[in-house]
Parts: sequence; C-alpha cells; structure tokens
Amino acid sequence: MTGSATPATPATPPGREARVPLLELRDLRVTFPVAGGVARAVDGLDLLVEAGETVGLVGESGCGKSVTALAILRLVGPDGHIAHGSSVRLEGRDLLALPGKEMRAVRGNHVALVFQEPLSALNPVLRIGAQIAEAVRAHESVTRATARWRAIEMLTMVGLPEAERRARQYPHQLSGGMRQRVMIAMALVCRPKLLIADEPTTALDVTIQAEILELLAELQRKLGMAVLLITHNLGLVAETTQRVAVMYGGQIVEEAATEALFARAAHPYTEGLLAAVPRLDEPRERLRVIPGQVPPATSWPAGCRFHPRCPYAWERCRTEAPPLLEAAPGHRARCWLVEEPARRTRADAPPGEKP
Amino acid sequence: MLGFLARRLALAALTVLAVVTITFALVHLAPGEPMLGNAERMRADSATIARQRARFGLDRPIATQFAFYLANLARGELGESFVRHRPVALVLGEALPNTLLLGAVALAASFLLGVAIGSVQAARRGTWVDGVLSIGSLACYSTPSFWLGLVLLLVFGQQLGWLPVAGMTDPAAPEHVGPLGRALDVLRHLLLPAATLALVNAGAIARFERGALVDALGAEFVRTARAKGLSPAAVLVKHAGRSALAPVLTLAGLSVPALLTGSVLVESVFGWPGMGRVTYEAIFARDYNVVTAAAMIAGILVALGSLLADLAVARADPRQRPDA
Repeated sequence: MTGSATPATPATPPGREARVPLLELRDLRVTFPVAGGVARAVDGLDLLVEAGETVGLVGESGCGKSVTALAILRLVGPDGHIAHGSSVRLEGRDLLALPGKEMRAVRGNHVALVFQEPLSALNPVLRIGAQIAEAVRAHESVTRATARWRAIEMLTMVGLPEAERRARQYPHQLSGGMRQRVMIAMALVCRPKLLIADEPTTALDVTIQAEILELLAELQRKLGMAVLLITHNLGLVAETTQRVAVMYGGQIVEEAATEALFARAAHPYTEGLLAAVPRLDEPRERLRVIPGQVPPATSWPAGCRFHPRCPYAWERCRTEAPPLLEAAPGHRARCWLVEEPARRTRADAPPGEKP
Repeated sequence: MLGFLARRLALAALTVLAVVTITFALVHLAPGEPMLGNAERMRADSATIARQRARFGLDRPIATQFAFYLANLARGELGESFVRHRPVALVLGEALPNTLLLGAVALAASFLLGVAIGSVQAARRGTWVDGVLSIGSLACYSTPSFWLGLVLLLVFGQQLGWLPVAGMTDPAAPEHVGPLGRALDVLRHLLLPAATLALVNAGAIARFERGALVDALGAEFVRTARAKGLSPAAVLVKHAGRSALAPVLTLAGLSVPALLTGSVLVESVFGWPGMGRVTYEAIFARDYNVVTAAAMIAGILVALGSLLADLAVARADPRQRPDA
C-alpha cells in the first residue's frame, strides 16, 4: 500500500455520519478447508447497508457472494469458518460475538434470507403453512392458531391465490413462482429489517422473474425493510437497487450509487461486466466477455486479484494489492487506475476482448 | 388409494402363492422323509409307516400331492401335523401370537433405539461419540443373533440371575397373581429374546438413520430452517428427521423377514413357544404340512410388513403418496 493512496472506509452516505448503519460488514473473512489448502471464499469484505435501502451485491459465480450472505447470519458452518477480526454489525450489535441463542433470535426475525432454488430450499415433507407458521413461533410467543393465521395472511400478502387452501399443500404441489412467493412469505412473516435475497429469481421463468421482483419492491415499500440483492444479473441491479457493490475474488472491487456505476464504471472488472450485458441500443457484432476465469479461492493472485484478466494491468498491479480508492464522492474502486487515470487511455485494449 | 391397496394386496397374494409352491417343492424334494424320525422308527414297523404314508397321501406323485394341498388350502385347511398329530392350524395358531408379540416388540424397540442412536450420531458427527456408537452399532449388526442371545442369557439369566432363562411364563408362578402379574411375568421372559432381536436389527437401523440424517442435514431446506432461527434440536428432529424418516421406515419394513428368520434361532435359544421354534422343529422332523404353512404365514407377514411400511412412508413423505 502506498502513502499516496487514500484507503476509503465503507460508504457512509453524506449527512448520515452520526447514524449507526443497519448492517456493517468490516474485514469479513470466511475460509473453507478444501483438498490441498484453504479456500478464502470471502477475504476482507467491507459493506454497508442503510435502513430501508436496496443494495446490489454483484459478481460472477464463485466470487463469494452467497458465502457473504450466509456469513451475515453465521450459517457457513460446519465447514466454513469466519476468521477472527471479522466484524458483522447489525444496528451496531456485533453478531459474531452473540451467543447461539441470541444469534437465533436474529435469524429470520431481524435478518431473513431468500434462497435461489425454492424447491430445494423448502422442506418437501412439511406443509407450506406449517413452515411459515414455524418461523413465527420461533420468534414470538403466539398460539398455533395465531401463527397459522399470520402465515395465511402473509401468503395472501405475497399474492398466493387461495392462501388458506395452499397453506395445507406441500412444496411439490406448487409452481416455481408460487414456491418463491412462499419463500418470500416465510422470510418476511416476522417483518425483518433486512432481507437478503440470494439470486431470488435465477431459477424462475423470465415472466415470473419480473413478477417476483415487482413483489419484492412492493413489499419493501409496505414493510420498509432494507434489501441486499445478491445477483450476477446487472439488469436486475439497474432496475431495483440504489447502490451496488461489485465483488471479485472475495472482496468488494467497486462500490457506488447504481446510476454512477452504470454511467462510469471505475474498475476494469465492472467495465467488463457491463460490456458483457447485451444491449439493444448499441449495435455490436458479438458480446464481449471477460477473458479467463475467476481464479480458485485457494490461491488468489498476488497484487490486484483481477490483474491476470485485466486489459490495463501494469507492473504495479502484479505486485501491489490496491485498497478501495475514492474515484468520486461515494464511488470507490479497488484499482490503481483511480490514482493513475492516464494508464486507462494508454491501454490500447478495450475492456474485454472478442471471444 | 383403494386401487393402490387392491393392487398391492393382489401382488401380496401372488407372492404368498409363490412362497407356498416353492416351500412345498423344497420340503418334498429335500433329503429325508417324515415318519422316519427316531421316535417314529423305534415305535413303528414298516407296515405301520407305510399305512401312515398312505394316510397322508405321501405315496402319491408330488404333483398330485400339491394339487390336493392347494385344494385344501382353498378351503382354509392346512392339514395335520405328522409329528404332533394335531391340525396344523391349531399348532401354528398357538404359536403365532407369541411370535407376533416378540416380533412386534423387537421391531418397535429396534426402530426407536436405531433412530435414537443414529440421531445422536448425526448430531455429533465426527466426534468420539459418533465413533463409539458407530463401532457399537456395527458390532450389534454383525453379531449372529443366536450367539448374542446365548451371551445375554449367560450374563443376565445365569450369572446375574436377573431374568428367566427360558420359556414364556414361569411354571412355578402362584395361581393367584392375577392378570397384571401374569403380564409382568411374560414381560420378564420377553425381555432377553426381544433385546437380542432388537439389538441386531437396531444396529442396521442406526447406521441407516445416521446416513439419512447426515444427508438431510446437508440439504438446502435444513439451511432454510436454520436461517429461520430454529433451534438445533428443532432443525434436527423436525426438518432433517422428518425427511430422513421415509427411508428408515422402508428399512424397518424390510427388516420384518430378518426378524422372522432371526426369531427361528432366538426362539430356540430362549425356548420361546413361537412360530420360529415350531418351524425349526418341524424342519428337522420333515413335518411337511407345518413347514409349508409356517412359510406361508411368514410370507403373509413379510408382505403385510412391506405394505405397512409403504403406507407409513406415504404418511411421512407426501411426495410418495400414490395419489400425489
């Protein structure tokens, strides 16, 4: 790290300095033992989510997005290990220091998760109504009848037709879209402050995807929760989020307001991601792809983790790991180009190359 | 559901018919003959034996004998025991309830014990507890039941003298003990043979339950259950346990034949007056009618066992219901 660099702290939107953020991840590190070493799936991740806002966490598969989601609720076990020195704070409270029982009181109650594949994420042998009611009874001392009524009310709220009848059905008797509505109902039945949606629409048909996204946005307005949307789909991020964090190699490589990121990506990886999105308004012969693959989490490259795939990389990138640098107010990128912008124009290669 | 039951019962009837045919053929083709047992030979001359053979139709061709047997069976006649000179229905009718009592207690105990051990192992997987229980259940599973029975008998019956060594009731029990006293007496006699059968079977069920639970604990819906904030016990029992139940119930149903064959040996060891002992004695006496009828009843029990297991599985797993 050089003296001239200004390692930025995670974003605190202007005017909010005094407030405690809803979720604050600092130097989050999660490791998994694998054959031939230790996979550093999440490796020094900083992220902020303010109450009520929608943040997108974007990256290719294998970049550590889902592990981050699970680590927030300490669900990476038994194999995963959250390293000492990591910090996960919910409204200032250190979740990593909580005893098991208090941690369980957070899960599903203050922070809820929606998973990618609702068919395997729902218990196949329990009625969906019971699975939702169970979440209520885990956190509130209510009668079975009340919990059941809350489940049906929530199923109605997520737009499941004939909620009362459906509540008595099993997951395999529902369509994929309905199952994801059930997952969302289950996550929101205790009115969490933060909903983490891990690829919530990836397993669904395109038409259903739009419905589910609309539903999430509507419920967010109604219930006032914050949403951390984890996805590889930049289109989804553009439509639904206020801020975006781009993840690569177990770290955040760029973080900005959504509009700013789409207008002026500061990190070459983000540029590559944006160039890989098919666009209707620009004629292009073929889609660009980012050359190479995400390196294995057991051996991140030295220096900048993206340098082997980066069209601009120079000597410094191979040896020195860049910190998150402030490219513009509220816009940070983990890239030496922020300090040496001249290098960007000097490179002849555009971000990404033709396959 | 009714169609499913009808199909299954028809299939069971065919299976039982096949069992009867095969057993009939086997006992008749096996070396040795009835009426030539030691007791018979000492008392009877060859003319008497020939008369007896004619009386039971044993001098006719085997096909004819089988036709007669089936015709009798269709009328509900199981024939007469060559050795006991009593109707087979009576001989087996006395023994069957005792075997059912022993088998049902052993099956229930082995299921509960196996599921409990397997659950503890899954919850503590990778620890020394898991290792010790794993060795224990493997040892139980691989021990021959008659040997285990003898060891239990020696230890608890002979050395410690806590439990009776043989029979089903205490012949010296006073008359006035009443129904409760008699039940307790049977229970005391039941304990060792039931424990023998249950331990062997529980070993198999525990190993299976552990595997099914560990698989279930890795499933995504278990992660969902944890993400809901459920306690580890609720996750293990309600979510992983429920979904691991179906395969274990299937195994319990499939262990009915093993329990029945096991009971042949265990009943002999403990002098338990059940089907197993009657069958065992009948086989050595070449008491054809008893052996064939016993095999038929065993076939019926196995068919019923697997049908009940399938119904229980359908109860436990909605995806496996015939109308789903």
